[in-house]
Amino acid sequence: MADDPFVLGGTSFTSRLIMGTGGAPSLDVLERSLVASGTELTTVAMRRVNPRAHGSVLSVLERLGIRVLPNTAGCFTAGEAVLTARLAREALGTDLVKLEVIADERTLLPDPIELLDAAETLVDDGFTVLPYTNDDPVLARKLEDVGCAAVMPLGSPIGSGLGIRNPHNFQLIVEHARVPVILDAGAGTASDAALAMELGCAGVMLASAVTRAQEPVLMAEGMRHAVEAGRLAYRAGRIPRRHFAEASSPVEGVARLDPERPAF
Amino acid sequence: MSRTPETSVTPDTTDAADTRRTSDVLVVGGGIIGLVTAWRAAQRGFTTALVDPEPGGGAAQVAAGMLAAVTELHYGEQTLLGLNLASARRYPDFAAELTEATGQDIGYRRCGALAVALDADDRAHLREVHALQRRSGLESEWLSGRECRRLEPMLAPGVRGGLRVDSDHQVDPRRLAAALVTACERAGVTFHRTWADRLTVVRDRATGVVTADGTELSAGQVVLAGGSLSGRLTGVPDDVLPPVRPVKGQVLRLTVPKRYAPFLSRSVRAVVRGSHIYLVPRESGELVVGATSEELGWDTTVTAGGVYELLRDAHELVPGITELPLTETRAGLRPGSPDNAPLLGPTALPGLLLATGHYRNGVLLTPVTGDVMAHALATGELPDEARPFTPRRFGAAALSEQRA
Repeated sequence: MADDPFVLGGTSFTSRLIMGTGGAPSLDVLERSLVASGTELTTVAMRRVNPRAHGSVLSVLERLGIRVLPNTAGCFTAGEAVLTARLAREALGTDLVKLEVIADERTLLPDPIELLDAAETLVDDGFTVLPYTNDDPVLARKLEDVGCAAVMPLGSPIGSGLGIRNPHNFQLIVEHARVPVILDAGAGTASDAALAMELGCAGVMLASAVTRAQEPVLMAEGMRHAVEAGRLAYRAGRIPRRHFAEASSPVEGVARLDPERPAF
Repeated sequence: MSRTPETSVTPDTTDAADTRRTSDVLVVGGGIIGLVTAWRAAQRGFTTALVDPEPGGGAAQVAAGMLAAVTELHYGEQTLLGLNLASARRYPDFAAELTEATGQDIGYRRCGALAVALDADDRAHLREVHALQRRSGLESEWLSGRECRRLEPMLAPGVRGGLRVDSDHQVDPRRLAAALVTACERAGVTFHRTWADRLTVVRDRATGVVTADGTELSAGQVVLAGGSLSGRLTGVPDDVLPPVRPVKGQVLRLTVPKRYAPFLSRSVRAVVRGSHIYLVPRESGELVVGATSEELGWDTTVTAGGVYELLRDAHELVPGITELPLTETRAGLRPGSPDNAPLLGPTALPGLLLATGHYRNGVLLTPVTGDVMAHALATGELPDEARPFTPRRFGAAALSEQRA
């Protein structure tokens, strides 16, 4: 939607869907899914991909003209995350980093203390930091305060497909944020992505919902439409919820029988 | 130079090429795929040469050797399933023939496999896999956790259920590679123990290779079977260069001491928090644990993290492994193609054929690859079961069509 650009760290995007690549059954399916999703920005785990290796997922992104968003998946300390981000910047020549600092392997939930610490260091180092965070409005605000270019709260744990478990927290985060809020993790199907956009998120980031679907290419297309639909609905402004019905057909000017006065 | 009735695709070579020609078929790459191709070509009466610094090396030295047509079935890979099953069916005869030709046992073991779930999420996933297998006409049996542990008492008490697949067997890839080298030697294949440096193309036809020591090897037909290195041979025109990339896999080998035997009696596998783990027990007592999947280029470093993750997940599946000696850690490179399926047969460049991109299924697909390549060398065409795997599916036109 050209009249409604999505600006992230000074770069303007048309698509509001950020894709991940983890879990794709093959490079071919991944490529067709990325095309179907319409994404212009896709995240790659720097610990699992060598930027210099030819024919890998990075070559696919390059061929499709999709911008790479390196991420620090698999890091448990601020120190590891900072090091990984710096190596990514050196290898890919981008200041963008999706910052992930994970607390444990079972939940893959973010470690808020390490995350804030790493975010501060990387912002000072000139990075455009997009932190993967809990759906905690206070932490979101602090991440924004240290200079993050966006906040990316989880709807539910990575790969769980449980959707947005606390929409109210998302509303609180969106209401206070002056930077884009992006749903990161938890989307399981199209309605989850649409809901995020209706709640005022500037974008949606997802991987497993597409890559682990039975038909990834179809789900990618579904997600593209869901993000667009949710965004349009958000901009349009939904009608207030009412307890009783209100007829949608106009009643003004329609002939009416007056029970007090017979029609003849 | 030998000529057989089967060389119906006799290249119409110029006199100059004819004088330099040293074989009917030249195979570039001496991993199991290159070896089986050379063996089958020689059996058909082609004079055959193979170039590789170390024939019998490559990914087969690391691979576990699960012949897992059923348990490796993934959504969207039903076409590949057909080829995998065709090859699995050929294995008993293939193993017998290879043993007869060489006197070597390749460790073909009809042991079956068990895929288990360790928690409710894994269980739901495995149920879906079961449904997919049944839709695809495959036989597998759903077992309760208790039944799984009755079959394999070393499994963790936390196993919640599993799929018993009696048709997924195993072979020892190292023995397979060694036997194929012997079979090639006995069938008269000439080995050039050096690297192929460059493909020679004369008037839009592949005519041979130049090796690292500068020797020119000429051939009527060249088969590129270089595994993960297949995309790197210089001189191959861009539009026929196979889109193959290395996908690193770290694999551990433990040893089951006699007093613990049999420990496990079939291949056991699971998905633990998204990572695939398998344990393949050999009759010799070797227990292979694999494998990581990493996109790091031609890197074969064994890392602490790789070993840790494999041991962690294997321990969750079979706690008793901590008592076993850890005898080997090694990393290999799977030749990954864009759709995970191999590239077989003639390319758009006359005289050049491919046998590469077998990814996770190289050991399984060895018998069918040999047959398919021999057929392609003799007739210039792929047999029906291999048609979908033509390298031409990755031509520029095919890709743009897919995208549209």
